[in-house]
Amino acid sequence: MSATLWFVIRRTLQVIPVVLAIAALNFLLLHLAPGDAADIIAAQSGGASAEFTAELRRSFGLDLPLYQQFFVYIGRLLTFDLGFSNVQHRPVFDLIAERVPATLLLMVVSIGFALLIGVALGIISAMRHRSWVDSVVSVIALLVYATPQFWLGLMLIVLFSIMFGTLPSGGMMTIATDMSVWERAVDIGRHLILPSITLALFYVAVYARLMRASMLEIYTFDFVTTARAKGLSETRVGLVHAASNALLPVITLAGVQVGHLLGGSILIETVFGWPGLGRLVFDALLQRDLNLLLGILFISSIVVVLANLAVDLLYGFLDPRIVHQ
Amino acid sequence: MSALLQVEGLSVQFATDRGPVRAVEDLSFSVAAGETVAMVGESGSGKSTAALSLLRLIEPAGGQVSAGRILFDDVDLLGLSSRQLRGVRGSRIGMIFQDPMMALNPIFTIGWQISESLREHLGLSRRAARDRTIELLQRVGIPAPEQRIDQYPHNLSGGMRQRVMIAMALACRPSLLIADEPTTALDVTVQAQVLALINTLKDEFGMAVLLITHDLGVVWETAQRVVVMYAGRKVEEGSVSDVFERPEHPYTRGLLKTARLTDDRAGPLVEIPGTVPNAFEMPHGCRFAPRCAQAFARCEDGVPPDIKVAVGHDVACLLAERAP
Amino acid sequence: MKSFLHFWRRFRRNRAALVALFVLLAITLIAIVGPYVYTVDPFEMMGRASTPPSKRFWLGTDVSGRDVLAGLIHGARVSLLIGVAASLCATLVGLIVGAVAGYYGRAVDNILMRCTDFFLTIPSFVFAVVLIAIFRPSVTNVTIAIGIVSWPPVARLVRAEFIAQREREYVLAARALGMSDIEIMIRQILPNALPPVIVVSSLLVATAILTESGLSFLGLSDPNVISWGYMIGVGRTVLRLAWWMPAIPGIAILVTVLCINLVGEGLNDALNPRVQRR
Ligand SMILES: Nc1ncnc2c1ncn2[C@@H]1O[C@H](COP(=O)(O)OP(=O)(O)O)[C@@H](O)[C@H]1O
Ligand SMILES: [Mg+2]
Repeated sequence: MSATLWFVIRRTLQVIPVVLAIAALNFLLLHLAPGDAADIIAAQSGGASAEFTAELRRSFGLDLPLYQQFFVYIGRLLTFDLGFSNVQHRPVFDLIAERVPATLLLMVVSIGFALLIGVALGIISAMRHRSWVDSVVSVIALLVYATPQFWLGLMLIVLFSIMFGTLPSGGMMTIATDMSVWERAVDIGRHLILPSITLALFYVAVYARLMRASMLEIYTFDFVTTARAKGLSETRVGLVHAASNALLPVITLAGVQVGHLLGGSILIETVFGWPGLGRLVFDALLQRDLNLLLGILFISSIVVVLANLAVDLLYGFLDPRIVHQ
Repeated sequence: MSALLQVEGLSVQFATDRGPVRAVEDLSFSVAAGETVAMVGESGSGKSTAALSLLRLIEPAGGQVSAGRILFDDVDLLGLSSRQLRGVRGSRIGMIFQDPMMALNPIFTIGWQISESLREHLGLSRRAARDRTIELLQRVGIPAPEQRIDQYPHNLSGGMRQRVMIAMALACRPSLLIADEPTTALDVTVQAQVLALINTLKDEFGMAVLLITHDLGVVWETAQRVVVMYAGRKVEEGSVSDVFERPEHPYTRGLLKTARLTDDRAGPLVEIPGTVPNAFEMPHGCRFAPRCAQAFARCEDGVPPDIKVAVGHDVACLLAERAP
Repeated sequence: MKSFLHFWRRFRRNRAALVALFVLLAITLIAIVGPYVYTVDPFEMMGRASTPPSKRFWLGTDVSGRDVLAGLIHGARVSLLIGVAASLCATLVGLIVGAVAGYYGRAVDNILMRCTDFFLTIPSFVFAVVLIAIFRPSVTNVTIAIGIVSWPPVARLVRAEFIAQREREYVLAARALGMSDIEIMIRQILPNALPPVIVVSSLLVATAILTESGLSFLGLSDPNVISWGYMIGVGRTVLRLAWWMPAIPGIAILVTVLCINLVGEGLNDALNPRVQRR
């Protein structure tokens, strides 16, 4: 199984240049932003002299040639130093690290839900090609594609929190201290329902359409005919032989879309007051905290790279052909 | 006479954007138990369509059997429920295809794929199915079957993959094997080996084989009888020796000449002039008439009837009427 | 002209796309002439705050007593303008990158495609947020930001088309005739590669409108113009009291995007006919 090991190593090493490129992009954006750290501090200390600003600049290494600054920047990144939020007066990394778990929870639950339902709907649509189920799923997918996710979230709040009053309209947990672990989990789960459905619905549509198309294509392959020629039932041919092969592109897409999911998550978190990265973005925007925004861009890019890596490794595991090429 | 497989007046069509394509028309032939029947014809002549129709596998591919009967052991397969049909597929009739790479599921091990048949039809346990699979792999000449059984199709060579397909098709000891161009996609060197294997297993299992090919050399070496197809119709049928030695249909003659299997081996390599008619502009009468050097007016009037020229030797050509 | 008729006949066959096209034309018409016909200033306080739809204000007023209908009409302009402009922007970049990569192949292709893949890994919405935050929200900046984050898929598609075309006989002939690379790319290959690109660009308009609405919902919209996303953001603050306020602009987005997607599908059917076997 050394082929597998090699595959894992090779694929993991490919991450390094991408991370470097992400760092370079952030560095570039940092320099494009009007005013550097020295200007900001000088401004905060109330109209400092040009000399004082220049002094600050020197102490931050901002007078060095650009490439040297870049190395310093990379060095900082290696120690998880993403700079300082001059608005919140805390290291950017700490601010982000606090919020990542909530965002990940929302993303993982949503994508799991979306994969489960989307793939199931896709399989049904393909196996009942051109039936009413197929048409209904297609029409719903079209509508969902056209719906702004954050708006859908608002409308769900109107329906389920305001009109029916069954679900909480925002936040991650009820403010109460006397909850057992189990009660706490149920509480978070209840808060999770609306945001995750909102976030997942778009991907349910995407995966359903892709799974359907993928299945229909697999159905034209010879090995499906072989499976039928073996005397297997149409259900078994569809679920075991066609669906398993059709799943591979869906998983790839799910990996590629992690970045997109993160974008959606930011809006949804804003709508539902979910205490994740999205809320952090919203606050950073209100306060024009560029350092924090750039830190969020950096970390979310890294999250995407790692997610893609995970999916590729999983793919290599699922499709026996990959490792060997 | 009761043949193992008796096909009567089989017609198959595909619905396309430009209207229906009649891929097979009024096809009749039979296969006796233990016999090898070859079906030959240029590509596009409807051989695969006919073969798939026998197990009603053409419907999922968009085809439609519009007429005919397919009697297998005197039961019309066209009248079976899907459950009954599944009992025939893979159990009493096995099938192998042209390209074993495409015909095997890439993400399951070959052992799993063979066992699936055994478990489905014979209800074997996982263990028993695995043991039987190893036996089968050994039987089809795959070395080190205990290791191979857990490999994936892409780990095997083309010839090995076709052997796996054969093992899978024969897992439940069918009485008929349908082999659709089983060697076309293989290296020349392994083609003979695979054919030899099919022949050996045929004798050993006492099964009949419907061998689809466009290689007349293969027909000569392996088959007892031959069905010649042209543009969806059978043009000639007979014992291999009759048809090869006294071909009656001009198309058969052309084929034999092209393959240089007739006596004029020394002559130049001849191609049959012209091309197969477009599926949407099929001639009214004999479909070969536009390419036939000996065609005359009546050839275009109507489909020529099957004419018996010798015992078991039929030809659909008006020229045969005049023969003594 | 003849080929246009041919195209139209094929397009017409898709009923949904045909209806969507007419709705879309109506929306465009409203966006263009609406503000001259319905001359209410969308920023001016016209009446009491947060009133439901009534005879006077067909779609009610917002939290500051501004006329929602006026906002909707002016918002159509911004949405369509940014949607179309951003899509053109992304298409242009994608065309250049994809064409050069596909035509030259080898190292050039390798480098350009790595860049493309890199941009695909950057979470596009976050990237757009950061870009606009740095450069300040204006119609131009929002358009450029959306263009910057949307071109990679176009580049990939164009590259694939160019690779498929570059060894064709007509290209080899053009080269033998001594045409320059640029001439061959633009005059010879591009027209053949265009149909799928047109489809993708039309769908990009829809995505861009959705992205723009998200951005302005977060407050990243040009403060001088009103947009649908901004209206949803305003309405959100009174969700409990006046749910229709955010609902109305959302429906406008939904209908517009839906129609664009349907027209895109129709274009696809008409421009890229595939043999439908199943
Ligand atoms: N799925 C299909 N849809 C439409 N036409 C088909 C389909 N499959 C085969 N045909 C048509 O049926 C005819 C016979 O094809 P086939 O049975 O594959 O021939 P052969 O196996 O002899 O090469 C061809 O003319 C082909 O165009
Ligand atoms: Mg064939």
